[in-house]
Amino acid sequence: MKVMAQVAMVMNLDKCIGCHTCSVTCKQAWTNRQGTEYVWFNNVETLPGQGYPRRWEDQEKWKGGWERTRSGRLRLRAGGRLAKLGKIFANPEMPEIDDYYQPWSYEYKNLTDAPAGDDLPTARPVSQLTGEPLDTIRWGPNWDDNLGGAPAHAPKDPVVEKIREEVGERIRFEFEQSFMFYLPRICEHCLNPACVSSCPSGAMYKREEDGIVLVDQDRCRGWRMCVTGCPYKKVYFNHRTGKAEKCTFCFPRVEVGMPTVCSETCVGRMRYLGVMLYDADMVAEAAAVEDEHDLYPAQLECFLDPHDPAVVAAARAAGLTREWIEAAQRSPVHDLIATYQVALPLHPEYRTMPMVWYVPPLSPVVEAVAATGSDGEDAGNLFGAIDALRIPVEYLAEVLTAGDTRVVEAVLHRMAAMRAYMRRINLGEERDESIAAAVGLTGAEMEDMFRLLAVAKLEDRF
Amino acid sequence: MSARDSVDSALDSAVGSAVDSLVRAGSFFTRAEVSDDLRTVHRTGGRAAEAFYRDRWSHDKVVHSTHGVNCTGSCRWKVFVKDGIITWETQATDYPSVGPDRPEYEPRGCPRGASFSWYSYSPTRVRYPYVRGVLLEMYREAKGRLGDPVLAWADVQGDPERRRRYQRARGKGGLVRATWEEALEITAAAHVHTIKEHGPDRVAGFSPIPAMSMASHAAGARFHSLIGAPMLSFYDWYADLPVASPQVFGDQTDVPESGDWWDAAYLMMWGSNVPVTRTPDAHWMAEARYRGQKVVTVSPDFADNTKFADEWMHPHPGTDGALALAMGHVILKEFFVEKETPFFTDYVRRYTDLPFLVSLRETEHGLVPGKFVTAADLGQDTENAEWKTVLVDDATGGPVVPNGTLGHRWGKNETPEWNLELGATVPRLTLLEEGESAEIVLPRFEDDQRGGTVRRGVPVRRIGGKLVTTVFDLMLAQYGVAREGLPGEWPTGYEDASQPGTPGWQESLTSVPAAQAARVAREFARTAEASQGRCMILMGAGTNHWFHSETIYRSFLALLTLTGCQGRNGGGWGHYVGQEKCRPVTGWATLAAASDWSRPPRQMIGAAWFYLHTGQWRYDTLPAEALASPLAEGAFEGMSGADCLAASARMGWMPSYPTFDRNPLELGEGADPVADAVRALEDGTLGFAGEDPDDPRNWPRVLNVWRANLLGSSSKGNEYFLKHLLGTHSNLPDDGPRCTPRDVAYREEDVEGKLDLLMSMDFRMTSTTLLSDVVLPAATWYEKHDLSSTDMHPFLHAFTPAVDPPWQARSDHDAFRGLAERFGELAAVHLGVRRDLVATALQHDTPGGEMAQPGGVALDWSKGECAPVPGRTMYDLKVVERDYGAVGEKFSALGPLVDRLGVTTKAITFDVAEEVAHLGEKNGLVRGGAGDGRPRLDTARRACEAILALSGTSNGRLATQGFETLEKKVGTRMAHLAAEAEGKRISFADTQARPVPVITSPEWSGSESGGRRYTAFTVNTEHLKPWHTLTGRQHFFIDHDWLHEVGESLPVYKPPLNMHTLYGEPELGTVDQKSVAVRYLTPHNKWAIHSQYQDNLYMMTLGRGGQTVWMSPQDAEAIGVADNDWIEAVNRNGVVTARAIVSHKMPPGTVYMNHAQERTVGVPKTEKTGRRGGIHNSLTRVMLKPTHLIGGYAQLTWAFNYLGPTGNQRDEVTVIRRRDQKVEF
Repeated sequence: MKVMAQVAMVMNLDKCIGCHTCSVTCKQAWTNRQGTEYVWFNNVETLPGQGYPRRWEDQEKWKGGWERTRSGRLRLRAGGRLAKLGKIFANPEMPEIDDYYQPWSYEYKNLTDAPAGDDLPTARPVSQLTGEPLDTIRWGPNWDDNLGGAPAHAPKDPVVEKIREEVGERIRFEFEQSFMFYLPRICEHCLNPACVSSCPSGAMYKREEDGIVLVDQDRCRGWRMCVTGCPYKKVYFNHRTGKAEKCTFCFPRVEVGMPTVCSETCVGRMRYLGVMLYDADMVAEAAAVEDEHDLYPAQLECFLDPHDPAVVAAARAAGLTREWIEAAQRSPVHDLIATYQVALPLHPEYRTMPMVWYVPPLSPVVEAVAATGSDGEDAGNLFGAIDALRIPVEYLAEVLTAGDTRVVEAVLHRMAAMRAYMRRINLGEERDESIAAAVGLTGAEMEDMFRLLAVAKLEDRF
Repeated sequence: MSARDSVDSALDSAVGSAVDSLVRAGSFFTRAEVSDDLRTVHRTGGRAAEAFYRDRWSHDKVVHSTHGVNCTGSCRWKVFVKDGIITWETQATDYPSVGPDRPEYEPRGCPRGASFSWYSYSPTRVRYPYVRGVLLEMYREAKGRLGDPVLAWADVQGDPERRRRYQRARGKGGLVRATWEEALEITAAAHVHTIKEHGPDRVAGFSPIPAMSMASHAAGARFHSLIGAPMLSFYDWYADLPVASPQVFGDQTDVPESGDWWDAAYLMMWGSNVPVTRTPDAHWMAEARYRGQKVVTVSPDFADNTKFADEWMHPHPGTDGALALAMGHVILKEFFVEKETPFFTDYVRRYTDLPFLVSLRETEHGLVPGKFVTAADLGQDTENAEWKTVLVDDATGGPVVPNGTLGHRWGKNETPEWNLELGATVPRLTLLEEGESAEIVLPRFEDDQRGGTVRRGVPVRRIGGKLVTTVFDLMLAQYGVAREGLPGEWPTGYEDASQPGTPGWQESLTSVPAAQAARVAREFARTAEASQGRCMILMGAGTNHWFHSETIYRSFLALLTLTGCQGRNGGGWGHYVGQEKCRPVTGWATLAAASDWSRPPRQMIGAAWFYLHTGQWRYDTLPAEALASPLAEGAFEGMSGADCLAASARMGWMPSYPTFDRNPLELGEGADPVADAVRALEDGTLGFAGEDPDDPRNWPRVLNVWRANLLGSSSKGNEYFLKHLLGTHSNLPDDGPRCTPRDVAYREEDVEGKLDLLMSMDFRMTSTTLLSDVVLPAATWYEKHDLSSTDMHPFLHAFTPAVDPPWQARSDHDAFRGLAERFGELAAVHLGVRRDLVATALQHDTPGGEMAQPGGVALDWSKGECAPVPGRTMYDLKVVERDYGAVGEKFSALGPLVDRLGVTTKAITFDVAEEVAHLGEKNGLVRGGAGDGRPRLDTARRACEAILALSGTSNGRLATQGFETLEKKVGTRMAHLAAEAEGKRISFADTQARPVPVITSPEWSGSESGGRRYTAFTVNTEHLKPWHTLTGRQHFFIDHDWLHEVGESLPVYKPPLNMHTLYGEPELGTVDQKSVAVRYLTPHNKWAIHSQYQDNLYMMTLGRGGQTVWMSPQDAEAIGVADNDWIEAVNRNGVVTARAIVSHKMPPGTVYMNHAQERTVGVPKTEKTGRRGGIHNSLTRVMLKPTHLIGGYAQLTWAFNYLGPTGNQRDEVTVIRRRDQKVEF
């Protein structure tokens, strides 16, 4: 057992209001400079939709992450280092600026400086890269926000493409069938980062003490193999410095005990930060399990129980301080991932062992039940209705569990049960342990989970 | 499988390759730990390059401030400063706790606010004062010739050619830099000249939402009040004011804080898209679901909040009232008639007008509901008998006058009688048991604006020779809830679509399935019963911005009131539309109205001012008659909107400025100016300005705009503003429809260019600044001292400068102080001390105003229906002395009137002698001049101290004193609500250090005592203080003549206006293959707060970078439009060119152009006119509803932003077509 510590994040998508405050505060703090105009370390996507960069989930095209060979080994999807050396100057698996978007600005000066003329002045759009007019802006980092243009764009969402065959009619872009949710994304600070392995310069590294993945700005030679290697497309190329940059997990803040900017400024109060202890010796094996559905449980197994005396001893032996171990014991992220098991990894099938996890959204359930003529408030009915959610479970599963719908259903059951359990308390009725028991929790655990998800005080989230 | 086995297989085959060596070598040189498989690299040292990000994070200081934006947010932000430059901002998290078992108010903010610092140094920043070049040349030339600024201004204005020349140049570039001295001199000269030549009521100020930066608002308002210029209202103008609130509650708006959403067991979001419009508060809704709160959204589109909903109901736009009525039908039937629900009946007996008696009146159509039965009808000769309403006591069966009516409120009672104490009386809800019944006629409107009628029976008895029934019995008739033995037509069941009120009937109008409507109603009521009133409806602009919005709202409020949800934590109405609660209201109002120096101030209804002075009344083909009920008496015969306005002015209902066709300084000159004016009005030698608005004598001449972007945002009928008010180019079609007024003079010639001067103050370039003659550079929210508060949370927030205002920017306070001083210098020479005849409307919360016109009978003295009696049948007239030379001195000193008269809010007068003394010590005293010995108000910070010292919410002594005053009136115990804070005096420094919770005060209707979450009307339900209404209860029934005339005495459904029949727009649906006529809605924007932030590069980037219109795939396909294609939207009001966002979240037949997308950024020329495209409000216009103009009657009595015509804009339609895809700027 090799105990290592990782700072990790859980986002409760069920609470995300899609406001993008996280994106703006992050960009203001980190990337509002020349060379990174198009860069959003944190962005928020509306799903279904193509995302940023467009269709980043299409690994057939971008070749990000790892794949498992027939012999059971992992290899970079984009090929090994030798393969990359061959295309180091012309990497075909690299998103171009239009896959992100052409960053633009406006001729704002015209508003103050316009000479006397014959019409009201306006600030014309121009490219931030070339300065040329951009009269019709054609794509942006959040173009398909709130299903904007969805009939045209969402069918090209790789997840939609994949599951349309399976669920057919239920993925239709029509008024009555509308569904959506938001997916805020930062670097996953993976346990098995493909970007680090892709770098020919050895400029990328995972910090020993907290697992944060960084690009060494002195050593980066701008080969951009990390851009290809990262299946989440969360490493960016600064066209001014010629180096790669990425989300730093706000390490200058985290190091002094402050939450990341995106977490602190999350108005939905849906981000949780904490320390996870894991067994570094198990990572490679877990990332290479054969069945993609086993990737999530395999990653769960890598995590160590911070309350287990053996783990604590091993951690102390590995040099972790008491403070780090206590942080792991108090970690809300650990509670959500391991104790209540309501958080899930993003695209585990990329085999990078991502460390930003998500609680799936619980969209209109009662409506689905009520439509059948049943009582939408009855807890038993709620469980039955999960598969009739507005958001098809298959879609969520494709995003969070490599397509295993049972796992997503189990999480949604827990969330629905929590609501039913708490409603009785809210209305002054007797607690009903059977509701908690039905999803494998005790009433007390249910109330603790409720407190963590709903009351969620600042000190409980970070 | 070992780790080694799982390495990159390509690596396997290339061990020893150059690349691998490089990595291995790298690991050697960098003290990193490379995993055996080279899969990953962990590093402990050699990370010097991390310094780059550490440097970027470093900063010199963090300053707490907030954003003065019209969003109701009032969020606290940390502003980071490095090397004297503002770098960025993040939200503060230091809000005081709201309790251990609930979520906190942290963080509060949104992406718009997070991008604010972009403005500080943006290229759109107004850095210097600007003056329109052509005007500046004229002015300089004239001044050079005449030597005096006022004479120079007069000289330019006296020459029609020169005047029109600079007016025509408005908005077309050519602004040139000027010095502050010169810009203020020109502005001051224009004011002095206007007052001298035309009168102080020909100047107007527009600055909305005091709560978003109180001192900045008050500074400008104070200047206007001191010179006698009207401030224009905004809450009603924005159509944010829910007229149902004064109608039902006698209150402007009072709602729960967002933290109270957590307490709700059932939450409906009805036309309120919380994640977008209440971004900082949306988490309460998301989190309360985990407590088992059920969430229902009602929205015509798949709105953002639907993601959180258990159920989504999508009625056709504007038909929400039908759905609510049907829900009311179900609740009345199942919870009142089929069985009794004790919690509900007890509530409605105590707190609503349901048990009160209404007389029935015989008409040609049959019996109709008439007026409330009063003590006078019972023959009681008591004080204010006409104002004391009557109910039947269930115990005795006899009529009684319960305590708490308006007559009790203003009585000189020995013992307090203005309370909801019922004693032994049990109000009888229905007269059904008494056995007698009668058939009444009720109006219905669902088919057409004129509608039809329905005959239904009510139980009756006879009192004083009149047939009477109860409001409850009328409600059952109105809602179509049958009871055995009553005559009339009744529904056969829920599915019966032919009878108004049923779920089936609403389905035929809204498309919401009848079964769903019934189910949701049932759940709502059941939850209310189980939770004792913890059902809440968040209602928003989607339901409030309609022409008939108060009918929609009254049907919502009925659901809440019937189920006992008002005045309960976790229950009630959450109307958060533009309602930024200025919590320290008394202090702000004192400074803003300058009531420390003179009273009364002039305050104007904004919508009427714009309606008249932008010429929109001339194009208004919506006759008042078209709104009349089929049972109407013909009161509106032949009247246009402008005629109704003029009638309202004559009867003293709504203010009107300019008031007379004469300079009020002239009218103030005689020995008895009031009597002279009444005589002159009677004999016709003096006229009302509103009866001939286009006479040059009656034009407004100067408009000052600050903290607002009137012309790029709220100006409904934007093109009319450009053409008629400003006299510049517009996209207004020449062939629009025209009206023919009955009383108001219609001059054949259109007036272009009424304003001599448009002055604006801003920190960014907007349509308003671009169209202004003088533009002053304002400090941003990170560069000044100020205060903000909101209804969404209970805290007071400070603005604190993170840096000094850069370039030549100044705070609003400093700018207006400068203007006041320069004005005073010029006025001392040209104006001196004058007497000003001020006409004010009958005033809410005053005995004279509220009891002016008994029975709500509309009598017009000019038609010989009554005598003109100032303050009763017409305006109150007062002479105010104005020392114009002292305006600058008065601006900066707290005047002596507060010592003598105190300060008053909602009829509670506070004695502030101690506060004045305290302020004198804190702020220092003025030495010399008009303000000698008075507390200083010369800086924004000192103004903030005064606001806090003079308000109960921020001064515990005043709060307690106010409750003690109220206790004497009401007779129940209330002072304890503030006693816990009696010694607390919130200072400005306190608000800077941390958000400070306010103190419970009689200025509002709820309580924060003991850390309780605020909700409205708990003082009423728990301490038996009556509502400020006729009966003292919440009203279902309103008996004013004009409400009967439009058929709105009870909650009723009215469909959106038919723009085809009223204004000649095409009928909804496809017009031809190239264009489609659609409903045009303007919901709030995700990427902006009105026009603020819409030009901000971050928001532009996260949106689509310019004006957009959301449309359904069906409508897009019909006209060959693909996503992001350029389109043009055209109607009789103007033209918009934008790109289409095609989405299936939109229902067919309706498009959304999100509110306030400015033309200053990325808007090309239109194909139709070849000129710059318009803003969202280029396709809308002002349409007046006569019932918004009622005054002088109980709760329907005017107060600033309390009641007035709304600038509603949701009933509009437009024609959309694809345009040439090549655009020009």
